[in-house]
Amino acid sequence: MVATLMLGASASARAQGVRPYTVVGDAIPASLTGAPGDPERGLKIVTNRQVGLCLLCHSGPYPEERFQGTMAPTLAGAGTRWSEGQLRLRMVDAARISPETIMPPYYRVDGLTRVAPGFRGKTILTAEQIEDVVAYLKTLKN
Amino acid sequence: MEKRLRLVAPALAIVLAAIASLAFAEIPLSQRRSGYEQMSREVKAMQDDDTSNPASLSVLDGEALWTRREGSAQKSCADCHHDAETSMRGVSARYPAFDAAKRRPLDIEQRINLCRTEKQQATPLPFESRDLLALTAYLGKQSRGMPIAVISDDDTKPFIEAGRQIYARRQGQLNLSCQNCHDDNAGQKLAGVELPQGHPTGYPLYRLEWQSLGSLQRRLRNCLFGMRAEPYAYGADEYVDLELFLMWRARGMTVETPAVRP
Ligand code: HEC
Ligand code: HEC
Repeated sequence: MVATLMLGASASARAQGVRPYTVVGDAIPASLTGAPGDPERGLKIVTNRQVGLCLLCHSGPYPEERFQGTMAPTLAGAGTRWSEGQLRLRMVDAARISPETIMPPYYRVDGLTRVAPGFRGKTILTAEQIEDVVAYLKTLKN
Repeated sequence: MEKRLRLVAPALAIVLAAIASLAFAEIPLSQRRSGYEQMSREVKAMQDDDTSNPASLSVLDGEALWTRREGSAQKSCADCHHDAETSMRGVSARYPAFDAAKRRPLDIEQRINLCRTEKQQATPLPFESRDLLALTAYLGKQSRGMPIAVISDDDTKPFIEAGRQIYARRQGQLNLSCQNCHDDNAGQKLAGVELPQGHPTGYPLYRLEWQSLGSLQRRLRNCLFGMRAEPYAYGADEYVDLELFLMWRARGMTVETPAVRP
C-alpha cells in the first residue's frame, strides 16, 4: 500500500520492476523496452550528477563540465570500442563481465547489501533511461 | 562478539573473512597520507593556526565543560581527572579502546558518556550535540601531534576484523566498498574531489562544507549516503568497529584534532 503510493507519486517506470533480458556472450542485443532510446535524453542523463552519476567516475567529451572523475576510462570513443549490445550489458550489470568492477549495476536490484530505504528495490536507472544512455553512448565515435 | 557469531552463520563468516583477506589491497604503512596533505595551502594554514582554526572555539567550550559540575553527583570531569593537559594526554590517540565491563571497544564519545552516566549521574550527551563535540575536541587536542596508538591484541582483534569486513564489503545501491574508494582509488578524482585514503586522524574536525564541527561517525554517514547505503544508527557497534579498524589502519600516524577539511 505504502509502496504503491510512493511509486505512484514518483510516477516512475520503476514501478514496473526489472524487465527480463537475455545475455548473449558479453552483450544484451535487444532493447530492454523494445524501442530505441533517445540519444539527446541520454546525454542529459550522463552529464547529470544526480541521475546518471557517470561523471563522478568517468570523464568524457564535455569541455564545459568542470568536475570530471578519473576513476574510470573516458567515455569518448565508447561507441567505437563497443557494440550497442555490449554497451547495454555494461550499463545493466557490468559485474557480469568483470566481477570486481566498481562500475555500479545500473539495472539490477538483487545481490545488493544495505541499500538505503529510499532506493531499495529500485534500479539506478529505468529501462527507458538505460536505452537513452545506450543510444547516446553509441554516438560517441572516435 | 558472541551475538555477532550467533547472527552470522559461522560458515558464512569464514567465507566472508576469506574473501575480505583475498581482496584486501592494504596501503603500505610508509605510503599512508593524511587528508591534510591533499588540502590547499589556505586550508592547511587554517588548521595549523589555532587563532584561525574554526574548531578552536569548541576546544574552549570543552575546556569550560571539563570543570563544570554535572548530574546528581555534582562532580565535574576535573574533580576526578584533574588537569586534562596531563591526565588526558595521549588518551584519544588510543581510542576506541576495549572496555572490560562491556566486553567490546568504546569510542571516545561513548567513554565520555559512560563517565557522565556512571560517575556524574547525568544524562548521556546526544551524538553530534554541541557539548559532546566540544568535549571530544578538547580531549583530542590533548593528543594533538602524538602518534595514533590503537593496538591489535586478543581483546581488540575480533573487532578490528569486524571493522575491516565492513570496510571491504560492497554496500548500497551503487554497490561500492570503502576500500574501492580509499585504497584502490585514493588519489584519483571523484568528480572534482581528490579521494583521500580515508584516515581518521583529525576528528572531531571542522568541515567547511558542513560549516560546523563533526564527528568521525558523521563523516562515515556521509560516505554511506554517497554509496546510497543505509547508514547505521549513531553509536551502533558497526560504526565503532569501523572507527577501531580505521584507527588501527592509521596506527603511528599523527593525531591532528581538531583538524579542518574542505
Ligand atoms: C563508481 C564509478 C563509476 C560510475 C558512477 C560509472 N562508471 Fe562506467 N565504468 C567504471 C569503471 C571503473 C569502468 C572500467 C571497466 C570496468 O571496471 O568494468 C567503467 C566502464 C564503463 C564503460 C566501458 C568503457 C570502455 O570503453 O571500456 C562504459 C561505456 C561506461 N562505463 C559507461 C558509464 C555510464 C554511461 C555511466 C553513468 C550512467 C557510468 N559508466 C557510471 C566506473 C563507473
Ligand atoms: C564513492 C567514494 C567513496 C566511498 C565508497 C567511501 N568514501 Fe569515504 N570519502 C570519500 C570522499 C570523496 C571523501 C573526502 C570528501 C572531501 O574531502 O570533500 C571521503 C572522506 C572519508 C574520510 C575522512 C578523511 C579525512 O581526511 O578526514 C573517512 C575517514 C572516510 N571517508 C571513510 C570511509 C569509509 C569507512 C567508507 C565506507 C563505509 C567510505 N569512506 C566510503 C569518498 C568515498
